[in-house]
Amino acid sequence: MHAAVIVFPGSNCERDLKVAFENAGAKVSMVWHKDTEIPAGVDVIGVPGGFSFGDYLRCGAIAANSPICRSVKAHADKGGYVLGVCNGFQVLTETGLLPGILLRNAGLKYICKAVDLRVETSDSPFTNRYQDGATITIPIAHNEGNYFADEATLARLNGDNRVAFRYVDNPNGAQESIAGILSENRRVLGMMPHPERMADPVHGNTEGATLFKSLINEMAVA
Amino acid sequence: MKARVHVMLKNGVLDPQGEAVRHALGSLGFDGVEDVRQGKVIELELAEDDAAKAEATVKDMCEKLLANTVIESYSVEIS
Repeated sequence: MHAAVIVFPGSNCERDLKVAFENAGAKVSMVWHKDTEIPAGVDVIGVPGGFSFGDYLRCGAIAANSPICRSVKAHADKGGYVLGVCNGFQVLTETGLLPGILLRNAGLKYICKAVDLRVETSDSPFTNRYQDGATITIPIAHNEGNYFADEATLARLNGDNRVAFRYVDNPNGAQESIAGILSENRRVLGMMPHPERMADPVHGNTEGATLFKSLINEMAVA
Repeated sequence: MKARVHVMLKNGVLDPQGEAVRHALGSLGFDGVEDVRQGKVIELELAEDDAAKAEATVKDMCEKLLANTVIESYSVEIS
């Protein structure tokens, strides 16, 4: 598997994401936001967490309009895989690859802690190595993680089984405790929790590594 | 020409910042503030000198970048 990790000014989780991909067995290319093309042969693009462009205007809005994001969109439109974590999730909603938006946390506080998530579906390239309904512990670190979408969108996400993860104990006011969602073709995942920060025994557990192993598994089958 | 864009959260979208401001006003003794909504004002200087064209361009900017119409509404003033 060949992964590309996009780096924006203000990204700060790109190296962790790279290591998590590498530890799962992927080859990783780092791609700067001013580049216009994704390297040939890339299977999956990782959009990392951080504070791209200082979160100016809206979180992820400036990054979503940077040159490389046109290529990220084209990659997804061709059926390529994309993983957006935290700020990366915000970027993916701003590009329109995923529906809804992430609002300011209901409690107005930045929250940084490990939280329990329920795996809502193992039917995706990112979750095929988890058990349906399993509870996993993954850290969150965000100020704008409060997922919002209109009722029709929520009904569609639920009806198509596109909610990948929900918080067991909703920390940020997200609608229906949504922590991560899939695109219509299930090949784009956006999530606020950081699987790359629970991907090595020294992190406390390796429940996040399973997500990267699921992708490797998907590539092996595909 | 100058353009001024107002971006506001749509009705029905929770505004926790506005709510925090409302509480703070209450604690300062300003009674009777029933609701506070916080938005943004964006001012643009444009080379365009046709008001109708300027308005159309700024609306396009709002749709593409300045507002996220999932949660925000916008209005444009040209002067």
